[in-house]
Amino acid sequence: MATYPLRAYEYWVASYRRVWRGSVVSSVLNPVLYLTALGVGLGKLVNKGSHPLGVSYVAYVAPGMLAAVAMQIAAFESSWPVMAAIRWTRQYQAMLATPLRVRDVMTGHMLYVATRVAGACAIYLAVLAAFGTLHSALAVLVLPLAVLIGLAFGAPIAALAAWAPKDNVLSSLFRFGITPLFLFSGTFFPLTRLPAGLRDLAYATPLWHGVDLCRHLTLGTATLGMAVVHVAYLLAFAAIGVALALRSYTRTLVR
Amino acid sequence: MSAHAPLIHARGLVKTFGSLTAVDAIDFDVQKGEAFGFLGPNGAGKSSTMRMIGCVSPVTAGTLTILGLDPGRDGPAIRARLGVVPQLDTLDNELTVRENVIIYGRYFGLSRKELRGRADQLLEFVQLTERANDPVEPLSGGMKRRLTIARSLVNEPEVLLLDEPTTGLDPQARHAVWDRLFRLKQQGVTLVLTTHYMDEAEQLCDRLVIMDRGKIAEEGSPLELIRRLSSREVVELRFSGEAPALEADAFGGHVSRIDVLPDRILLYTDDGDALVPVAHERLHPQSVLVRRSTLEDVFLRLTGRTLID
Repeated sequence: MATYPLRAYEYWVASYRRVWRGSVVSSVLNPVLYLTALGVGLGKLVNKGSHPLGVSYVAYVAPGMLAAVAMQIAAFESSWPVMAAIRWTRQYQAMLATPLRVRDVMTGHMLYVATRVAGACAIYLAVLAAFGTLHSALAVLVLPLAVLIGLAFGAPIAALAAWAPKDNVLSSLFRFGITPLFLFSGTFFPLTRLPAGLRDLAYATPLWHGVDLCRHLTLGTATLGMAVVHVAYLLAFAAIGVALALRSYTRTLVR
Repeated sequence: MSAHAPLIHARGLVKTFGSLTAVDAIDFDVQKGEAFGFLGPNGAGKSSTMRMIGCVSPVTAGTLTILGLDPGRDGPAIRARLGVVPQLDTLDNELTVRENVIIYGRYFGLSRKELRGRADQLLEFVQLTERANDPVEPLSGGMKRRLTIARSLVNEPEVLLLDEPTTGLDPQARHAVWDRLFRLKQQGVTLVLTTHYMDEAEQLCDRLVIMDRGKIAEEGSPLELIRRLSSREVVELRFSGEAPALEADAFGGHVSRIDVLPDRILLYTDDGDALVPVAHERLHPQSVLVRRSTLEDVFLRLTGRTLID
């Protein structure tokens, strides 16, 4: 029974093999384009001033982008594919007619989300290195951190997608959840720039914890205490998300 | 499990969804090697029963054992020995025909090496060898159904559950599916199927139960049910306009029952030919047809002609 989740995972890998070329191309192209625009373009303007960030803008923004990408990929792979596997391709029902159980189906999907995030973020990290933005060997820890960010978003979003009666719930999630988080979680500018109320809200989002730790890891300024707090916060999101997902999957699939 | 213990055993089996009772305390046994059918109109509780047997829907109350095991506790072990052809296809349209079989086999923990050979055999069995490397999407409904059957056999199941296996298929495709199911039956696979097609039940089932509103209305072989609940033959009288009204005993003892429909009259009798001249003389129908009584007659008698949605 230990291998059951891997059997479900295999379906998603087979399914990804259809689109892997395009997926890998955009995984390389995206960071190159963003870091060129933000680093070489916008960075010129930002760095001109008093250098308030302490480092070049591209070194500041790059790890934030990586954390945000982990969130975006996880959000995407845990939303429409989950809804599709329940409502359109009914692949979850196919799995449940075999020895696999609801928890295997859910775990297998989360393993796939983790793999996708790890793959895309490994490419991102390589591009970061090429842009000379990695100031510490601890930067390799960004990869497991990215996977954790992925699960902190993926699991609760899978719970939502399994529950959602219509796919406009998912469109709203991206419009009102993922996009604002991407912009206002300290990815592009320090949260100290935000008005007090908004700042506290941003500190509470899991993405900020991911962004902040990611940045300190690549810049070599991370401390153990800070890392423990950030990781614990993200772990809590992932764990609650998994519990919610299991509940939501069971309610939808076992009638 | 003793040699004669039923493969599937249900007593007082109940399934409720909120305040709706879909399956209302039914009893049945399915023996090894037989083809057993659940026949009934939509909403009779057939699919709910099948889903409980398939260990994907928890039993609300009563006893259910499958292969001597308890679905609540041994779901994975039971499902490992079942084949399931669900009412709605669960194929992946973008994977190829072959990949669909292989991926499904992987859910059972079979090795890729083993599955390659098995997929070829199964696709040949359902006559899809030529489409093996094509995506599923463009296949016809009949082909998809055959693929679903091939896929359901990947774990060499002892029991095959088929929920409305030929609903929505054209006549050729239906016969192709029936032909495969016959062969499986000959190989000793126990078939459990639901259908609302009377001809399907007559063709495939050794024994069947007729379900209506969550309960089992009748049980027996198709022939037994026809004998017991209908007559040997049915005389159908067609009228160009409205059918004339008839007294229930209009033909005395020769006709066991009369059904008056808007443009037709059905006379249930044991000797149709003897009745034809009498009917012509008395009712002047536009046409007369004598046919063998079918399960459809039994079914309509039991569940009525009112449309159920």
